[in-house]
Amino acid sequence: MNGIKDYIPFIGQSGADELSLLAEHLKGKKIRFFNSTAVGGGVAEILNRMMPLMRELRLDATWDVIKGGEQFFAVTKKFHNALHGHAEEITGRDFEVFMETGRLNAAEMDLSGDIMFVHDPQPIMLVEKKGANKWIWRCHVDVSAPDERVWSFLREYIVRYDASVFSAPSFSRVLPIRQFLVAPSIDPLSDKNRDLPEEAVLAVLGKYGIYRDKPVITQISRFDRLKDPLGVIEAYRLVKRHMDCQLVLAGGTAVDDPEGLQVLEEVRNRAEGDRDIHILLMPQNDLEVNALQRGSDIILQKSLKEGFGLTIAEALWKGKPVVASAVGGIPLQITHRYSGMLCHSVEGAAFAIKQLLQAPDYARKLGENGREHVRNNFLLTRHLKEYLLMFMCMEHGRDLNRLF
Amino acid sequence: MENHEAKDEFLFYSRLSLTELTGLRAVNLEQLLALVKEVPDSCIFHHTHRFLRQHLHLSPEPPNDFAYWVFHALGEARLAEALASIDIVRLDSLRAIREKIASTMEDYMARSVSARQRFASENETFHFLKSVSFIFPTGRTARTLPEFAGQIRQISMDSIYFHMFEARLRLEKGDNDFSLWLAESAGEPEIAEAVSRLDPYTCTAEGLRSRILDIVERRRAA
Repeated sequence: MNGIKDYIPFIGQSGADELSLLAEHLKGKKIRFFNSTAVGGGVAEILNRMMPLMRELRLDATWDVIKGGEQFFAVTKKFHNALHGHAEEITGRDFEVFMETGRLNAAEMDLSGDIMFVHDPQPIMLVEKKGANKWIWRCHVDVSAPDERVWSFLREYIVRYDASVFSAPSFSRVLPIRQFLVAPSIDPLSDKNRDLPEEAVLAVLGKYGIYRDKPVITQISRFDRLKDPLGVIEAYRLVKRHMDCQLVLAGGTAVDDPEGLQVLEEVRNRAEGDRDIHILLMPQNDLEVNALQRGSDIILQKSLKEGFGLTIAEALWKGKPVVASAVGGIPLQITHRYSGMLCHSVEGAAFAIKQLLQAPDYARKLGENGREHVRNNFLLTRHLKEYLLMFMCMEHGRDLNRLF
Repeated sequence: MENHEAKDEFLFYSRLSLTELTGLRAVNLEQLLALVKEVPDSCIFHHTHRFLRQHLHLSPEPPNDFAYWVFHALGEARLAEALASIDIVRLDSLRAIREKIASTMEDYMARSVSARQRFASENETFHFLKSVSFIFPTGRTARTLPEFAGQIRQISMDSIYFHMFEARLRLEKGDNDFSLWLAESAGEPEIAEAVSRLDPYTCTAEGLRSRILDIVERRRAA
């Protein structure tokens, strides 16, 4: 398990000292995290990596997972989609199931603590047991255009919290409670992001029949229409008219997702006959994704819609020039022409790729800038630091606070 | 000169910040202007200094948030340039910065009728954010120039930024902390003046550290 000292090469001793200082100010506070799953999904992944660091900082922090049956999680899945703005048929019974499970958890769980940090809608009803302690609700979903019925239902609980947290300004809604902005993060020491020797990169490329005899343009994402894989092929073809290059489209699709398999089929049909398009249907394999990113010349993320889009931070961390759509949280990670290239269309993506292939020094500079941007803003340690600052904000209401 | 002791020790502080959403949003110049005039000082500070903190190593540095948005979301290149080139170093308070941004926008909008008709697309709304900061002592001190230079080499960028930007603008000390100490306590008015004249808005974080050190080292070598 990694400790704070392992992050010093990325954040410096002063960054580690800052974490210790903040932890010192939170001494004696009992901090409780709540979510709906111990494994799988971004929240659990972050908490699994963050909790050991908190304990190393001698914080009294614990993490509990609520219980729920199949019915409950079927409802929360519908809520999740509805919050993203998808049409969902949600019945009165669905709301009842949500409330019954929420109240059961609130009754059974130990809810003592000074700072209660609740992640996402599933455990939101725990706030019914709110006492004099401070409660924070962390929203990992883009709720900018939600199904109003679900949002209104959840809002009744959200406003009982002392504060809320969103990943991006555009994901938020106007609320009568404090709203903080805390972006998600990547772990530079994880298999997906850690440094790899060149041989390991080449071995993975070789495994998939990719040779670096011409520039490699890669998009890594599941086969989903919202990731616009057909648009990626079109952009590649516009580039290929002028510059020889190859395209890697790598990702997975859930076996129970018929649309994903259909999209994969369409992508294969569209790519048929072009030996420079590599379509890789991969199982979840962080090391291979890492190697594919490192072995690429340009990383593309031509999504039509996106959440925060941490694949951008992953690519930037590897010093790669990135061309990505200006949607979701991507503009927070890429400042156009400073740390990557933003685009709005197939033609725009192709134009940016051509520019980067023609100007390798500029592409390299974008990659360097991108890596530093991630170092300063999207690493796990920054995420932890901002959580600690937010806990301190529960006792300090001013914009400028002196800790002496 | 080397070991001349200042009247008072320089106490190095640092600050850590968190971003808070205000819920205030703009999609055109009129809305942006109206909100620039009324948002808290911590919003003005955030949007004129955020890019320095978030892009510590970017070169060339992106402009302030207002200039960036006006250019990229509204396509108003001339106004963007005017906002980006506001000489913040010469403005000694957040109120003065706010007034300068507002008057720059008003002047432009009076001359360009079409500018009022431009709207940002839905995903390019300007969200007013503010910096909530915690200031704390680092435990580092200096009483002589060599000690001062030694600490400047080692302190975090947050500490440098606190003494250069927040002390001057958010604590309204009128000048950066380094210059104040060099002039008033260390008896080094020339170095104080030179540090005061630096434009920290057009260099990277490490570039700023190097320039301060250069000034101090040149004095020590003299």
